[in-house]
Amino acid sequence: MTSRGGLGSVTPRLELRGISKSYPGTIANKNVELSVMPGELHALLGENGAGKSTLVKIIYGVVAADEGEIRWEGRPIAVHDPASARRLGIGMVFQHFTLFETLTVTENIALGLEKERDIRRLARRIEETATKYGLALDPSRYVHDLSVGERQRVEVVRCLMQEPKLLIMDEPTSVLTPQEVERLFDVLRRLAAEGCSILYISHKLGEIMALCQRATVLRQGAVTAQCDPRRETSASLARMMVGSEVLAVKRPGEHKEGDEALTVTDLVLEPDDPFGTRLDHVSLNVRKGEILGIAGVAGNGQTELLRALAGETLAPRSDTIRIEGANAGHLGPAGRRARGLAFVPEERLGRGAVAELSLADNALLTAYLGGNVAAGMVQSGAVRDFASAIVKSYNVVCAGIDAEARSLSGGNMQKFIIGREILQQPRVLIAAHPTWGVDVGAALTIHEALIRLRDAGAAVLVVSEDLDELFEICDRIAVMSKGRISEPKRVGETDIDEIGLLMGGLFEDKQQAVSHAAD
Amino acid sequence: MPRIKLEPRAQSSRLMTYLSPLLAVVLTLMGAAVLFAILGRDPLEAYRAFFIDPVSTLYGIGELGVKGAPLILCAIGLAIGFRANVWNIGAEGQFILGAIAGGGVGLFFEPLLGPLTMPAMLIAGALGGLMWAAIPAFLKTRFNANEILTSLMLTYVASLLLNYLVRGPWRDPQGYNFPQSKPFDGYAVFNPFFTGTRLGLGALMALLAVVGGWFLMSRSFLGYQIKVVGLTPAAATYAGFNQKRVVWFCLAISGALAGLAGVNEVAGPIGQLLPTISPGYGFTAIIVAFLGRLHPFGILLAGLLIALSYLGGEAAQISLNLPVAVVGVFQGMLLFFLLACELLVRYRVVIGAPAVQSIAA
Repeated sequence: MTSRGGLGSVTPRLELRGISKSYPGTIANKNVELSVMPGELHALLGENGAGKSTLVKIIYGVVAADEGEIRWEGRPIAVHDPASARRLGIGMVFQHFTLFETLTVTENIALGLEKERDIRRLARRIEETATKYGLALDPSRYVHDLSVGERQRVEVVRCLMQEPKLLIMDEPTSVLTPQEVERLFDVLRRLAAEGCSILYISHKLGEIMALCQRATVLRQGAVTAQCDPRRETSASLARMMVGSEVLAVKRPGEHKEGDEALTVTDLVLEPDDPFGTRLDHVSLNVRKGEILGIAGVAGNGQTELLRALAGETLAPRSDTIRIEGANAGHLGPAGRRARGLAFVPEERLGRGAVAELSLADNALLTAYLGGNVAAGMVQSGAVRDFASAIVKSYNVVCAGIDAEARSLSGGNMQKFIIGREILQQPRVLIAAHPTWGVDVGAALTIHEALIRLRDAGAAVLVVSEDLDELFEICDRIAVMSKGRISEPKRVGETDIDEIGLLMGGLFEDKQQAVSHAAD
Repeated sequence: MPRIKLEPRAQSSRLMTYLSPLLAVVLTLMGAAVLFAILGRDPLEAYRAFFIDPVSTLYGIGELGVKGAPLILCAIGLAIGFRANVWNIGAEGQFILGAIAGGGVGLFFEPLLGPLTMPAMLIAGALGGLMWAAIPAFLKTRFNANEILTSLMLTYVASLLLNYLVRGPWRDPQGYNFPQSKPFDGYAVFNPFFTGTRLGLGALMALLAVVGGWFLMSRSFLGYQIKVVGLTPAAATYAGFNQKRVVWFCLAISGALAGLAGVNEVAGPIGQLLPTISPGYGFTAIIVAFLGRLHPFGILLAGLLIALSYLGGEAAQISLNLPVAVVGVFQGMLLFFLLACELLVRYRVVIGAPAVQSIAA
């Protein structure tokens, strides 16, 4: 079963037997069996919503299982809270960081350690641990100064300080550049070689095939397969994950390059948020009939750029942002919509849709410029027709257009929002992280819709952290780093490595040289 | 020790959402029975004196409308604001300013305006309340000042202003030095519609406000924007709704409605300006708004129920010798039970076993 024959005779470090957990209305875990050997790199694989998060929360003591047994080094145990999990030797790096931005690295780590009182000695220990694993980290820096990759290092070091026997990593690479991912993998391999077990949660198949020795696949809360990922192909792993054959998006051939539809010229914007990113002389243009992708690690100014493009933050001068040649920098979101711009925001519930309102009401949220509102009155018939059209053409699985938005799964809500924006026939569409946290089927629908819109002659701008996604659908890709944006590359003339280097900020010197030359 | 905690329910029962105000009323009645018993009165007799006797005559039913109208007018405006997370707590002050502005027109311009006096008073009353509510609106949109504090503090300013006027410049020279204005005269008096009652223009306006409020919130695009701003401000920003305009609108409409209630009250049932023109209508309207689930038709029923508690309090004072504070206790209990029911519709109480001893590490 495992690649190392000897492991079979050893007691598993962690063993789950028949773990079940249900929430009202959904079954999160169903009779899950899982065992992790000492020193094993074990992948927990599944789509969003397959029950991975619930399962690790049970292991880490955040959530209690309804049924089942957890055995730790052969003995049955009960984990009541994260503190007792840590005492056992279980460490966890969360997908969303749990650091205080206004404290230093040392102070943050001191908060998690109960025993250490002497800050200076702790700082020394942090440096020792960090150097030992090749994780460069300055303990005296404030967290808000750190990049996302560095913040993750803090989280990892914090776990390592407790000398864990099992380290749980929840989707750790979504915020890293490809090069940073490689470095993280080296650390994990070393830890495993020292006997620490790693439970690695991801839906990225390539990473799992490169890193893990064993994989447990979850689908709809239940274990559907156990395998050695090194002997599988992405297609076979995807099949285990999704349960059916996964189709790839058909890339259409040559695209006809049209006029400039969305143009940003030398946009400089100070952030409102003290920890936000300054937009530093950003220039870009999206032409009709193309998809421009913006890659980059989260927190490098994407949020600020998206707000500025949507009109939620106004540009300092009206000619810095132009839609189809006309100045639009001074227009708010409604004014830009009137010019043919549509926008798919990064958060679905809470920005792109109102959780408590029905789908019909949510259809009206941005579609109020056409016939849905007349003389200040909502034309409920027209709105309902529009909502039904979205549900129908985008295969939104829901209980009807009167269902509350919060009752939909993330993927279906995203299809609804994309549909709402595209059916208004925008001439420019901006989509932020269009398939983040969305299941494979919905992602395919969304990608096809974006490509169709492009083929119909609209300009599409996609901001995403998922490089595979960008390479799949974009015509050109630019990279955002520290509030700057690189010269876009044609997809056929670049590769993931080059984009990854740019994500690390390697284009800056060149760009500075260009701007100096222009002075 | 067992741990008691509140857990959000996955789905709150739709039926219970609507039944919770009724349940709160029933619980309040039970609480009131206990209170009456402690005070040494027969609960059944007290119920009758409190809830049945006051409305057993035509005049009594009319009084229900007279007391209910200002509550409903204020509550409709407040409820629109509450939907948008605009917390106007100062309807009382806007009510007083409406009475002062409208009453001032009636006192000093009646001979000049003649038959136009009544509309002029109504407009002045609405504007008076609106201007008073415009102050918190300006402070909130310009300086991000909390409207709960500013609108509440302005209530005391309004009350002092009224006191100053009726004790000073506007005092009735023939009033034996009582703090009161001259009685309204001629066209400045809003007469009742039905003889035998004091029911007049105020009640009609309250009904119109109910219908108008319903239309605004369930049919107009502005009402839709108000709901979105209240539920999810970020979605309103994304959609491009002007949130400052919504804040202005909500405070303006609630101020104007409270002002209208004020002028109707002084020109109708009261007949002159007094320091005590309101038994706290503006504050009680907050209870009315929530008891009515912020829905205009709910507010209509809730307003009448609270009006009944005022009438019942007066009646019980006379026939049972109960202290007038019973009304306040009654209204307080109602709000308490209402909030408790609402909480339990959305959350459930979990009495869990205490945490087992930690495992040995």
